[in-house]
Amino acid sequence: MSVPGFNPSPAAGLSRHPTPNGGAAPLYQNGPGQTYPLMQSQAGYGAPHPHYNSAPGHYAQMPKKAPPVNNQYGMNYYQNNNQQPMQTTARPEMAPVFRAPQVHSSRPPVSSQVVGPTSNVSMSSASPLHTGPPQPGSYPASAGYYGGSMPLVGPAGTSAQGFPPLSALATVPSAPNSAYPTVSFPSAPGSSQYGTLPSSQTSAASHNLVGTGPTPSSVSTAPRAPLQQVSLGHSVTSSWPSSAAVSAPPSYSGNFPGTIAAINSKANTVPPSSANHLDQSCQPPWNRTFGAVHPTAGSPAPGRLATVTPTPPVSASLAQHEGMQYGNVANSSASSAPAPLSSSSDDEDDDDEGEEDEEAGADSSSTTSSASPVPNNYEALEGGSYPDTSSKLPPGPPVSQASKVAKPFGYGYPSLQPAYQQTPAPCSHPTNFQSFNPSSPGYQQDSKPYPTMNQLSADLGGLSLPALQLEALRPVNLMQDRNILPSTEVQAPLPNLSTDLKKANCSSDSFRCTLTNIPQTQALLNKAKLPLGLLLHPFRDLTQLPVITSNTIVRCRSCRTYINPFVSFLDQRRWKCNLCYRVNDVPEEFMYNPLTRSYGEPHKRPEVQNSTVEFIASSDYMLRPPQPAVYLFVLDVSHNAVEAGYLNVLCQSLLENLDKLPGDTRTRVGFITFDSTIHFYNLQEGLSQPQMLVVSDIEDVFLPTPDSLLVNLKESKELVKDLLNALPCMFTNTRETHSALGPALQAAFKLMSATGGRVSVFQTQLPSLGAGLLHSREDPNQRSSAKVVQHLGPATDFYKKLALDCSGQQIAVDLFLLSSQYSDLASLACVSKYSAGSIFYYPSFHHVHNPVQAEKFQKDLRRYFTRKIGFEAVMRIRCTKGLSIHTFHGNFFVRSTDLLSLANVNPDSGFAVQMSIEESLADTALVCFQAALLYTSSKGKRRIRVHTLCLPVVSQLNDVFAGADVQAITCLLANMAVDRAISSNLSDSRDALVNAVVDSLSAYRSATSSLQQSGVIAPYSLRLFPLYVLALLKQKALRTGTSTRLDDRVFAMCEFKCQPLQQIMRMIHPNFYRIDNLTDEGALHVNDSIVPQPPILQLSAERLTREGAFLMDCGSVLYLWVGKSCDVTFISDVLGYPNHASIPQNMTQIPELETPSSERTRSFITWLQENRSFNPVLCIVKDDTSAKTNFFQLLIEDRTEAALSYYEFLLHIQQQISK
Amino acid sequence: MAFTFAAFCYMLALLLTAALIFFAIWHIIAFDELKTDYKNPIDQCNTLNPTVEKVKKIKRVRLALKLVLPEYLIHVFFCIMFLCATEWLSLGLNMPLLAYHVWRYMSRPVMSGPGLYDPTTIMNADILAFCQKEGWCKLAFYLLSFFYYLYG
Repeated sequence: MSVPGFNPSPAAGLSRHPTPNGGAAPLYQNGPGQTYPLMQSQAGYGAPHPHYNSAPGHYAQMPKKAPPVNNQYGMNYYQNNNQQPMQTTARPEMAPVFRAPQVHSSRPPVSSQVVGPTSNVSMSSASPLHTGPPQPGSYPASAGYYGGSMPLVGPAGTSAQGFPPLSALATVPSAPNSAYPTVSFPSAPGSSQYGTLPSSQTSAASHNLVGTGPTPSSVSTAPRAPLQQVSLGHSVTSSWPSSAAVSAPPSYSGNFPGTIAAINSKANTVPPSSANHLDQSCQPPWNRTFGAVHPTAGSPAPGRLATVTPTPPVSASLAQHEGMQYGNVANSSASSAPAPLSSSSDDEDDDDEGEEDEEAGADSSSTTSSASPVPNNYEALEGGSYPDTSSKLPPGPPVSQASKVAKPFGYGYPSLQPAYQQTPAPCSHPTNFQSFNPSSPGYQQDSKPYPTMNQLSADLGGLSLPALQLEALRPVNLMQDRNILPSTEVQAPLPNLSTDLKKANCSSDSFRCTLTNIPQTQALLNKAKLPLGLLLHPFRDLTQLPVITSNTIVRCRSCRTYINPFVSFLDQRRWKCNLCYRVNDVPEEFMYNPLTRSYGEPHKRPEVQNSTVEFIASSDYMLRPPQPAVYLFVLDVSHNAVEAGYLNVLCQSLLENLDKLPGDTRTRVGFITFDSTIHFYNLQEGLSQPQMLVVSDIEDVFLPTPDSLLVNLKESKELVKDLLNALPCMFTNTRETHSALGPALQAAFKLMSATGGRVSVFQTQLPSLGAGLLHSREDPNQRSSAKVVQHLGPATDFYKKLALDCSGQQIAVDLFLLSSQYSDLASLACVSKYSAGSIFYYPSFHHVHNPVQAEKFQKDLRRYFTRKIGFEAVMRIRCTKGLSIHTFHGNFFVRSTDLLSLANVNPDSGFAVQMSIEESLADTALVCFQAALLYTSSKGKRRIRVHTLCLPVVSQLNDVFAGADVQAITCLLANMAVDRAISSNLSDSRDALVNAVVDSLSAYRSATSSLQQSGVIAPYSLRLFPLYVLALLKQKALRTGTSTRLDDRVFAMCEFKCQPLQQIMRMIHPNFYRIDNLTDEGALHVNDSIVPQPPILQLSAERLTREGAFLMDCGSVLYLWVGKSCDVTFISDVLGYPNHASIPQNMTQIPELETPSSERTRSFITWLQENRSFNPVLCIVKDDTSAKTNFFQLLIEDRTEAALSYYEFLLHIQQQISK
Repeated sequence: MAFTFAAFCYMLALLLTAALIFFAIWHIIAFDELKTDYKNPIDQCNTLNPTVEKVKKIKRVRLALKLVLPEYLIHVFFCIMFLCATEWLSLGLNMPLLAYHVWRYMSRPVMSGPGLYDPTTIMNADILAFCQKEGWCKLAFYLLSFFYYLYG
């Protein structure tokens, strides 16, 4: 396989190159030139390049529908919704176009490369299809054309390119030698990368790597090194003597064989899909490197060497791409020096990181710790920090990869040519474009965007901050650039601050602002048309958090801001508040630093060193003694509930976790069950068994006994256990179908009002009795109505009022809704919304018939019972004078303009805040936001958790765009859209979302009026904005036209309001991976296990192939889609079944098999699951299962019968903008 | 001018408008208090467990907000009086406000009791600003109509 895989590439690569560059092939040129716009679109959509030409025949077949039958799965699905399958016809419909990608699979990579250009052309013809009109006849013709063209191009290309393959190769090896020869691989770039690795292990990881250099783990690093070299080599070609090169290759080869072999073998087994495999496996920068290196190592022969060339071109093109903005950074000089430089800098990085990590470990939060160090390192190293490196949003792993990749490329860049975008000639675009795709056979395209970014950042290393911003501002033509989705998780941009401040700044996991550059005035903000707001996750689980106990908590005397890293010390005795600018005294106690045990260094105190700290509050902060942890369970036991069988799961789970409920010796629990009457349970210590007390007067609920309904858990544990064991059986024969939820809640309120605490309500149907009864408002016929969606608001204010009463008594109500029918969540949710509770919804829950929901329920419960909890909490958000809070989003009651009252606070809830600028911020360079959360811990301690975020102020519109955080913006918009949908109507809010994109992009366009480009131009920082908004429009909460149950919709809305950012992003835009060909390339090392990191794919059916298995991570569910003709070895090795047909429906577990691929898959899935608080359920989707619909609805870049495809959406936006 | 029914209407309207002016002022103050609350930050504990003084203030605010319905009723009442007295001009002048009141009440949030303001959304800056503006406008309107009735 290696031969086909790589060999072809030389030819292909070369051919490709030449074509674009030299314009050797007139045909090509014409195609691109003429169809230029189309081309772009293709690029966007057709991206799959390689695959196209593979089979003209396929085109002809192009079966539209027949999903199972076709190879072209993706297409099928894509079209399924819309069109009927036509297998035999050669229709030029949309389908074919998209199909193309699949086609490639049959061919070896080589062909794919060649195709690249071809594909574009074909795309051009196809693109119209896209929009709708079929173009008959075009396909076959094009196919033939391609086929013919390929050979021609090949030779021409080589010559045209002027790229001596040999020399290139030679240089490649040489570079490595010079740079690394003595240095061990790990220490070089690789190690630095690892340093950035995820969470707790960061430091450890780096060490490991270093140590392991030669071992398997090193493999990953090793390839990288070559990569760097390669790119360097490329640029440097002329400068390096070819002689040096020779020695290097052997050294590499040693490392590679293993991995290569693995890849090859896979390829062999599945010839058709081989292209895909490569594709995917290679996408991460790593892989790519790998590929490039690979040939070298494996075959010294010149011919082979030629193969390598493709890679360099890629880098070059990329470089161009990115480089344009920056200009060429020291082209010539770079060439000679880069290699050494890079290596040395990396080393430094490494060291720095190590230090950083330790520091971080000492004082900052655990999860964060890994992340925060990363950015710091970069800055330190490189002087400028770029968003990608910094971001570290996800605990880290992805970042590390990205960063790794980036570096090598970045160094390679300098020599590159100026930007392609700016080139005037239309032809140039296509060329460059193609060069991207083609350059690396299968894999390249996906990885492209990312590396570029990284590269840039790397480039910027030596540049000043403005350069970084420039990068964020780089215009991206979205119509042209399809591959904007990074192959690793999107990272939060780093604010443009000085190194010290950046180091001290709050983790972006806890605190994020939509604009990392705050506009100076409201007018400027209005001009940018972007929302300004914060996204908070204040009570996040942190493993390390500086906890400060002192008698006096130092706060500003005027605005009560807590002292934080961004205050300034005028001298040793005075500090100036950074929010209100008042000068305060430093108290005597503060002069002593407990950490270093030194005196007179107030600026070294942990409060001033960390932006996230926790204070143990004194009695000044309590007006009543801290409450004990009190948990009350209100359970629906009507016939419906018994039928669903949740009681058993619940009681079992509670029994298991009874000892893990957060609390101390004062912890109290109680139980209420209800159907048409309300049952209380007397669990008083000393009773031989629980005593059930029935209150049937639901009009006027009273408590049957004043005490002993809430009992001390420790003292009555046996009784509680008895009750839990007995509960599931007690109501098995009930015939009571009514549900008196309202009265039960009133009873719960009465029971809890003396102490406050948490009420967990489990409800399975529409409340039908007593106060708060509801009527079914949903008209199933309206579910897919594109017009008006009614009843998004509550039907009664009973639940809201109850929630406010509860909130006043420090009671939070958590609602678990497990119903198969409409239950008016819109009304019920109010009880949790305003009492700061959480809402869980399990549609069609049944303990037997719906194992997915059952398992999810079980997992959620485990987390729910054991997670941290804070009682009687308030959160105040302060911000620098001139800014003010506009609106809050989340579950809470707003007590005052900046104060939220949270009866309970849990680690899984997020908040969003809209801000407005009331006064000009012209006289200040920095603004700060401080969120202070005062709560009672489950141990009865009063604590204050303080987060402080510091951001720069800018006066230029461009800078505002440069600092835009697209994920935060999307989440804030989602919150605003939900509000709008409820208060006004759904179509309004959808329009508002589209307008948000249109407005901001046209604002950008007018801000950069010098750019006269057609298409949809977005700044690099906002390149994903249209995609995310489209995803948002297709999300359950806001979609129209697709049948959506009202409760599902309302639940999705609730999730938007109260989930933390990362979770919302997964809900909006799921991460999509191919996992049937996981390799250890680029893997993360987490706690002794290796976690493969497949690249993130675009959410489009064109990415699917029948031969693959794909994982979609939507936050609360992981869909594993297994293609019909998926490799049998994968099915048997990973899923444990002999073939596709024998995979059962409703499979939710991956068996623990001893095969390497199984281990890889499991470690990856487990890693995904453990990265969030509520373990998502794995749901295996076969072609024919009902879950398929859900799965395909999540492919948001595709067209559905009710919604636009991504490309169409862009067209729509373009239209709106040009209006 | 004899002491006609119309004259009586005007006198009554005069008095009632005086009351409405009072309500409007109260309304403005209430919202201002709500809004500026955060500008004299008290320790968080205080906000968590409101002190007596604060409770009083909150009650006063609540009371002010509850005066909305009486205000509407009063206004409707003298509009009807004008209708009976066939004072078309005065009635015409009051119609816009009457219509506004009706609209406002129809579009109030879902609520079981009487009232216009939802405590969960009242802190939203938009709504707060709107309510304040509404208060000022009404105050101006009542003042003008007060003098109109006085000399009318």
